[in-house]
Amino acid sequence: MNSLKRLAPQLITLAVIILLNYLVFPDFFNIKIANGKFYGSLIDVLNRGAPVALLAIGMTLVIATKGIDLSVGAMMAICGAVAASTVDSGGSVYLALSLALLAGVICGAWNGVLVAFLNIQPIISTLILMVAGRGIAQLITKGAILTFTDPGLIFIGSGSVFSIPTPILIWIFAGISVTFIVRKTALGMLIEAIGINQRASSFSGINARVLLIMVYVVSGLCAAMAGTIAAADIRGADANNSGLWLELDAILAVVIGGTSLLGGRFTLIGSLIGAMIIQSINTGILLSGFPPEFNLIIKAAIIVIVLIIQSPALKAHYQTYRDTKKPPEPAPAPSSRTTS
Amino acid sequence: MMQSRYLPLIATALIFVIAYALCYLQYPNILSTRVVGNLFTDNAFLGIAAVGMTFVIISGGIDLSIGSVIAFTGVFIAAMLANTSLHPLLVFGLALTISASFGAMMGGIIHYLQMPPFVVTLAGMFLARGMALVISTESIPVKHEFYTFIQESFYRLPGGGRITTIGALMLIVFIVGILLAHRTKFGANVFALGGGIQTSKLMGVPLASTTIGIYAISGFLAGLAGITFSLYTSAGYSLAAVGVELDAIAAVVIGGALLTGGSGFIAGTLIGVLIMGLIQTYIIFDGTLSSWWTKIVIGILLFVFIIMQKGFLLAASAPKK
Repeated sequence: MNSLKRLAPQLITLAVIILLNYLVFPDFFNIKIANGKFYGSLIDVLNRGAPVALLAIGMTLVIATKGIDLSVGAMMAICGAVAASTVDSGGSVYLALSLALLAGVICGAWNGVLVAFLNIQPIISTLILMVAGRGIAQLITKGAILTFTDPGLIFIGSGSVFSIPTPILIWIFAGISVTFIVRKTALGMLIEAIGINQRASSFSGINARVLLIMVYVVSGLCAAMAGTIAAADIRGADANNSGLWLELDAILAVVIGGTSLLGGRFTLIGSLIGAMIIQSINTGILLSGFPPEFNLIIKAAIIVIVLIIQSPALKAHYQTYRDTKKPPEPAPAPSSRTTS
Repeated sequence: MMQSRYLPLIATALIFVIAYALCYLQYPNILSTRVVGNLFTDNAFLGIAAVGMTFVIISGGIDLSIGSVIAFTGVFIAAMLANTSLHPLLVFGLALTISASFGAMMGGIIHYLQMPPFVVTLAGMFLARGMALVISTESIPVKHEFYTFIQESFYRLPGGGRITTIGALMLIVFIVGILLAHRTKFGANVFALGGGIQTSKLMGVPLASTTIGIYAISGFLAGLAGITFSLYTSAGYSLAAVGVELDAIAAVVIGGALLTGGSGFIAGTLIGVLIMGLIQTYIIFDGTLSSWWTKIVIGILLFVFIIMQKGFLLAASAPKK
């Protein structure tokens, strides 16, 4: 109940945007089954939003530790390239998936070690992989878009289980399991403690270094899944464009979801709703026949509005405004305390 | 202690000289004035934008919007020249006014709403790129006699090399930047701001005007870089200069600025830009290496320099007691 109240702004935003989508495109809620698979705009939002939703899961944990992971887009490109080149050279789907996930773990661990052991600011430590990562991905694909026809790998991107497209199942499953792991154990609280004050949390016995590395590894894993989905979706690994600018969408999803960039308290469900809000906007702009050029401007406007609402300075102003509005209440309180 | 401040700059300069010497041993032609002249021309827009980024990073902030502002300026200029009969210089003035006020606006939001520069300039990045796309999604060519005039005026160096107008412009921007950062009150305020907001407030630094000024400078120089880029390519394209902000950040870091703010050198950034240009030139000379090695080598250099900075900081703080 409490958490529902906390997520109310996000849920209302999502509802409003979906309603707008319905107004410009009355068939928005129509869902039909074709080729044993659900089809429809609503399903499309859930399906197309999969990469950002996955990235947002990892990003939420990273941001909760007062960090940021700029390299998720580049990691997507690397992991997609690894998966594609594995099936291309005759490996099985399982091998391709394991190698892609392993690549994600290695990239994430690299970021984590830089942040946790070398104490480099997260923006910078992940910037290294963001710059170099696409180069590495291009080395793996040898500069070309590596296409593949392996049905197992394609299934990840455009298959379906019980008529539900696989990407939707993957991100919902990942969201539920990560939420379960961090909320049913103390891990979530420990991550928040690091984000609020890393020194204090170390003094109180939290192994901040291991947790930090773990958080970046989770982000790497999520990027690996997103990268595999993106590659499977277009049946090819595109080192230049896979996951391009998705790190920004993922950060945006987390911020819209209500997790503060200053670290501390986080909400995974909020971030997932944030990802869906972003995707609904994208789909809505496409459906309305609005030129896609406006996409970025609308997104920028939404970030600014959300940020102004979240701004600590504005909150302080509002507080003083509220206090000055009803002066008689707080005034007598201190005097009565001094007399007694 | 005084000397340790210059260690990062000296290290950067040394690495540049050694790298150039290694390239020279393999390809003696790399030292010809032609190659050196091209090194300035090809990296002019990056260098100009990187000067603005140096100010921002010294103040402890970051500006992710410069690549988009470069693209926006380019498209804006091309569209204005194609659709109106205004003189390019007037259009340049308009473009610089827009980009500087855009930067000032972001600085204002950062200061008055106390929001992290990272997110504000991220929104700015979306906005500027979006505006560029709204003006035109296709590349607009620029055909104007003023452009050909500027492109064909250059200073011929002995040996056939050329210092073009835009190459010279970059050097002028660096000189003005060095003077502004190290010889004026505003520059001192920028360094103070990077040392810590609370301390600089207590020292009497005008926080609002300094923050807004820093981002206005960054926006202005991004606009100037956009003009340079438009002169360099003779076109305006809304998807141009993607990721230039990352190159600029990398150049600043390689140039010895501390990413936590409070310390850095405009001159170091010039060397940083030249090192990145040298890598690209070497790859072109080699001919067999693929261009994406540039990104990997820049990534490695970034890593090395950040580790080196950590080492310097440790060395500087250890012998105090």
